[in-house]
Amino acid sequence: MDVLTSLGHGFAVAITFENLGLALIGCLLGTIIGALPGLGPSNGVAILIPLSFSLGLDATAALILLTSVYYGAMYGGRISSILLNIPGDEPAVMTTLDGYPMARAGKAGEALAISGIASFVGSFVATWGLVFLAPQLVKVALLFGPAEYFALFTLAFATLGGISSTNQAKAALAAALGLGIAMIGVDGQTGVPRFSFGMVHLYDGVNFLVAIVGLFALSEVFIFLEHRGENAVHGSVSIGRPVASWSVLKYCTPAMLRSTVIGFIAGVLPGAGASLGSFMAYASEKNISDKDKTFGKGDPRGVAAPEAGNNAAAGGALVPMLALGVPGSGTTAVLLAVLLSLNITPGPLLFTQHPDVVWGLIAALFIANFMLIAMNLPLVGLFARVLLIPPQFLMPLVAMISFVGIYGINGSTFDLLVMVIFGVLGWVLRKLDVPLVPVIMGVLLGNQMEANLRRALTISNGEWGALLHSPLSIGLWVLAVVGFVLPIVVGKRLKSRIARAKEEAGTLVD
Amino acid sequence: MLHLRTPGRSLALALAALALMAGPSTAFEPSQTECIAPAAPGGGWDFTCRQVGKTMQDLKIIPGTMQVTNLAGGGGGVAYAEVASKRKADNNLIVAASSATATRLATGAFPGNTMDQMRWVGSIGADYGVIAVAKNSPIKTLPELFAKIKADPKSISVAGGSAVGGWDHLKVLIAAKADGISNLRAIKYVPFDGGGEAITQLLAGSVQAFTGDASEAKGFVDAGDIRVLAVLAPDRLPGDFGKFPTAKEQGIDAIGANWRGFYAPGGMSDDAYKFWVASVKQVYASPEWKKVMTQNGLAPLDLDGPQFEAFVKKSISDIQTISKEIGLIK
Repeated sequence: MDVLTSLGHGFAVAITFENLGLALIGCLLGTIIGALPGLGPSNGVAILIPLSFSLGLDATAALILLTSVYYGAMYGGRISSILLNIPGDEPAVMTTLDGYPMARAGKAGEALAISGIASFVGSFVATWGLVFLAPQLVKVALLFGPAEYFALFTLAFATLGGISSTNQAKAALAAALGLGIAMIGVDGQTGVPRFSFGMVHLYDGVNFLVAIVGLFALSEVFIFLEHRGENAVHGSVSIGRPVASWSVLKYCTPAMLRSTVIGFIAGVLPGAGASLGSFMAYASEKNISDKDKTFGKGDPRGVAAPEAGNNAAAGGALVPMLALGVPGSGTTAVLLAVLLSLNITPGPLLFTQHPDVVWGLIAALFIANFMLIAMNLPLVGLFARVLLIPPQFLMPLVAMISFVGIYGINGSTFDLLVMVIFGVLGWVLRKLDVPLVPVIMGVLLGNQMEANLRRALTISNGEWGALLHSPLSIGLWVLAVVGFVLPIVVGKRLKSRIARAKEEAGTLVD
Repeated sequence: MLHLRTPGRSLALALAALALMAGPSTAFEPSQTECIAPAAPGGGWDFTCRQVGKTMQDLKIIPGTMQVTNLAGGGGGVAYAEVASKRKADNNLIVAASSATATRLATGAFPGNTMDQMRWVGSIGADYGVIAVAKNSPIKTLPELFAKIKADPKSISVAGGSAVGGWDHLKVLIAAKADGISNLRAIKYVPFDGGGEAITQLLAGSVQAFTGDASEAKGFVDAGDIRVLAVLAPDRLPGDFGKFPTAKEQGIDAIGANWRGFYAPGGMSDDAYKFWVASVKQVYASPEWKKVMTQNGLAPLDLDGPQFEAFVKKSISDIQTISKEIGLIK
């Protein structure tokens, strides 16, 4: 078993004192970030990017820290969903539907235990999926010429606006905005500067890390300044013992397994991500097993399904990110930016050129997963208490980390200026309810998408038909069109439900 | 503090006198030396600064360590502008450069900057160009490839890791020009993000030929995936690449060397300039550096001082001629 040998090698890379320590810190911070309403996995990873650069971590160590945060946030999101009916992050929206009723019925501890175990099952199975699927996808990658890559990027953008967004037009607008920002800088194809206004600083374009930290982290601070902490969480949090009986677990197991498969597939599809994973898992589980109409009233399976689904999607989303360089979700888009700035190009060559990074990362995911389940069952009370940290202490910390970290990357005050501009932009976009992830995807993928289109057209001597010349590209285009149109036609009913849950929770779309 | 100053000054005077007696070569004493890498850590320029700095330290040419500053931006333009304006008389500073620097100077990609603003110190090696095809391609030699391009330029797409008008593109044009192809604009060049990606697309069959550096192709040559048609070097390369013919052997007199070297601020004193030229020469001649070169696939290219300056000048004017022919600059 070639894959298992590589994985064993990965464990050898990951099990060092430093890397285990980083995984532990990442899991801890991730769970806290996930639990805090408003701060989700994308924000969490964005906030910690500067930190990992300032610490001067090497590629493997930085990725271990950040993916631990990613997995941790997927775990943490459920805590405030269940206890406060406020989703800690976007994918945890569905967990509120049955989690909060359970908490009100005095079964908060049980709900937390079930969702923790469901999260574990979801991530554990999905990480195995990543182990076996990603190297296979690398072989398929040789089928990807410029035309196919262009179709794949289009698919990513088309499905992104889909089911997880409240308004497809706004998602498309956000993507266009991101693509426009990506055009700034020297054109990689001809070496001619565009929209740089003669400023050498703009020749390299907008650094996506700067854009990400501005859009996600700094805009969070601006929102807080605007509300002056009005949204602070009040009240007491009581949990009870976080245990679930074997009979309940057995009752939930089929739901967890089904949801894991659904979530993983949703994660692998570019652009869709964890929100779609948890949503589809919940919706299909409801269709399959809601015979007594208990879903929505505190059915434990209604807690297990979305949590297994969103954690499985988190693992699935890493597959196309590592194997093809096309992120499967908003957070993996942020992780892709980190990889690129560490001079590591994801894609077919990653597995041969940087096996230490890939397999060390995958091994670290397994380790993080065990750390998380160990942390999340007994310590859940501690995390719940984090919900009571007043934002007036938290937000200045976020601002400080953002500024110090971004300055640390290049030592450029120009970057700080750009970050503040993006912070303001993020604040405006949030006020207009325009999702931020498509903007980042646009900034990140815009150049690649353009370059592949132009390569395809150069090779075909300007023949546009070349974009559809292989079965693979035709298949991708069909998926893209279906992914864009289907949510408009079929998804209305589902979307209104997700929107209702969101309104009740009063959370932000990201 | 005051009484300490007098002995300090006389010591400095004594040292200066000693230095004068020892001859002009020691008139400049390096102190806090610095090497600017005009890109982020991890790239070729960063490698040049760090390896040379370490070798200079090991050979005790400089006192202590050489500080490496990464000043990324504008493909080296940010560093070039900074050195030309703010640090033009710094005697302790050298900056890493390569063919990419010359190419950008030639095409005006550093706005307002020219090569005369700097003093060109010397080269520390080169990475020669290769032109290759997939191993199952019917094309066996470089003249065969160019014959195909002459017959139908649209039938051959050449992939490389640099932008249009960048070094990988220019290499194939230099060779094509040497083979007597006059319509250089008709040659189809497809830019990718780096040589690795370009070779992947060669293997995937999207393109028919590859232009890049020998070091980029090495892994794929070892694996037997690609066939190198020609090496753009004056002589056959040492090591594994020795089995591949040069373009010259096939009757096409073309050389494409991606050199690595240094420039220094234009206002640097003559003594300091001489010191740096001699130091880089000393590094190049050392057995330590020979080891670095074999480990990293660098081929010999030993030019220093005025010789190097003339070489850079000639490559800039060559690049300008070709760039005009393909309409990239006016």
